[in-house]
Amino acid sequence: MTGKRILSVVAHRLAILAYVAFALFPLYWLLKVSVTPNKLLYSEGIRMWPSQTSFEHFEFVLKHSDFPVFFKNSLIVSGSTAIIVTVLASLAGYAMSRFNFRGKYWIVTLMLLTQMFPLVMLVAPIFKILSPLGLTNSLTGLVIVYTAFNVPFATFLMQSFFDGIPKDLEEAAMIDGATQFVAFRQIILPLTLPGIAATLGFVFTAAWSELLFSLMLISGNDAATFPVGLLSFVSKFSVDFGQMMAAGVLALIPACLFFLLIQRYLVQGLTAGAVKG
Amino acid sequence: MASIDISNIRKSYGIHPVLHGIDLEIKDGEFVVLVGPSGCGKSTLLRMIAGLEAVTDGEIRIAGKRVNDLAPKDRDIAMVFQSYALYPHMSVAKNMSYSLRLRKTAKEKIASVVASAAGKLGLDPLMERRPKALSGGQRQRVAMGRAIVREPKAFLFDEPLSNLDARLREQMRAEIKKLHQDLGATSIYVTHDQIEAMTLADRIVAMHGGIIQQVGSPLELYDNPANLFVAGFIGSPGMNFFEGRYMASGETANFALTGGMALPLGGTANLADGSRATLGIRPEHVALGAEGLDVLKATVDLVEPTGFGIIVHLKLGPVAFKAFTLDRRFLGMHGEVNVRLPVGNLHFFDEAGRKV
Repeated sequence: MTGKRILSVVAHRLAILAYVAFALFPLYWLLKVSVTPNKLLYSEGIRMWPSQTSFEHFEFVLKHSDFPVFFKNSLIVSGSTAIIVTVLASLAGYAMSRFNFRGKYWIVTLMLLTQMFPLVMLVAPIFKILSPLGLTNSLTGLVIVYTAFNVPFATFLMQSFFDGIPKDLEEAAMIDGATQFVAFRQIILPLTLPGIAATLGFVFTAAWSELLFSLMLISGNDAATFPVGLLSFVSKFSVDFGQMMAAGVLALIPACLFFLLIQRYLVQGLTAGAVKG
Repeated sequence: MASIDISNIRKSYGIHPVLHGIDLEIKDGEFVVLVGPSGCGKSTLLRMIAGLEAVTDGEIRIAGKRVNDLAPKDRDIAMVFQSYALYPHMSVAKNMSYSLRLRKTAKEKIASVVASAAGKLGLDPLMERRPKALSGGQRQRVAMGRAIVREPKAFLFDEPLSNLDARLREQMRAEIKKLHQDLGATSIYVTHDQIEAMTLADRIVAMHGGIIQQVGSPLELYDNPANLFVAGFIGSPGMNFFEGRYMASGETANFALTGGMALPLGGTANLADGSRATLGIRPEHVALGAEGLDVLKATVDLVEPTGFGIIVHLKLGPVAFKAFTLDRRFLGMHGEVNVRLPVGNLHFFDEAGRKV
């Protein structure tokens, strides 16, 4: 390697490093504040790492706050939404990709239309609809709303994955003796695992961090999800940053675990269709 | 094994008709090739037999049983696709046994049938591989293996060799023919390659524009094409055509080529005096360097050696045509050459393109 090439490689790596540092810095700060004892939080000035660390905030959040409830609620809502949306979007995406039916054009148009409005506009009508049904202040209500808002995009996502799978495969399976549904389940679905992982991940994180509807539809602590719960660390006179950050760190764990679990498929999924075969 | 009867089959997409009433009887054990240019409806017809395409009108019977409304899985046929359509997430063994597993065949039976098919196709060392780890030819063999394990009523092939290179195509062509000889299975094979059609078929069905143009043995189509389309489609290099007017004069006749030259015909043809017609002759029947009174003077345009023989591009006035010869003396030929178009090898087609 010539000196020039080494230089360009070093510069390249440094640039990547700088970008990663920039992207991860807020997360680092979250972690740093969460382990800084209260007494040092305002007294030490701005330091990269506190002179003394403690897990007092974590202890408080886990033992003395409602955070475990928020956490459980979030897990239920995000998990159910992700699964329901993925199942619906797989079936709908397959139909969009493979079948021609009357009104298909209008269904696609309608689905696109739902993506065009700012969600804030819809808060009041949705509240009006859910309230008489007893679905405000309930996790089920949240799951329904999240599912409704995520299905269109997830359907388009899944459709693009199905479009990438040659029709010949299911025709071959049907000639081999499968019904269309068996061909879908045994041949097409296994090949769409990357797409399913991508959809699951996308919907899970969207629901996990959703604040607007959760804030508007949920009032008590019993059914609050964790983004709403975080606000409970904000009182009228002060913000308990240490506890809030500790809760934030804990909230990151399931999202990280989830992505760790699906990342093998996700990487395939995001690049699927880029090259043939 | 079974016969397949197709009667008055029609297919339209919306208002666009694709097949205009196809009638075809395929005998038990017969190897029939559907051949024609792309868009002639041959693949559509095959897919209708397979049950992958709905029948607009008409009737398809497999082994005497009407199958119009049966799902593909209930027709008991096997199909080899142009893309092979191997299941990417299954090993070769799993690919081949899929149909049997769907039918809940006993494990031991599956193992023995798959092993015997693998043996026939030389796939034994590849059984645990995934399709992506196979070469084109091997994939093709797996696709065939998947078809033969089931002993179906009929095999359907949809341009199975189009994705292979020339040498491999030749080799697989021979293997398919051998397989058919061994199994004696009713087979329908779709191709646009007339060489494949000629070499494989018991009977060729030449199609064009959604209509069957001619059905017959390969040599029947070659020696006695029913119309201009078949004459031009079958054979490589293709048949030469001369347009002109048929001029009868008593016991003999002339063919007045468009462009002014007259071709003396030894006898008469079944054409009205003065009618417009097309005269066809295969390149290998054009006699180069002929002597005598009935020779024509043609100009040599281009000489193409193929190794096996020589294709000579000629011009008769403004009309271009080709001759094929095995005689290497013609390799360095240029300028003018005497040619004869032997009367016995001429084909006449009337104004509508029908052979007379």
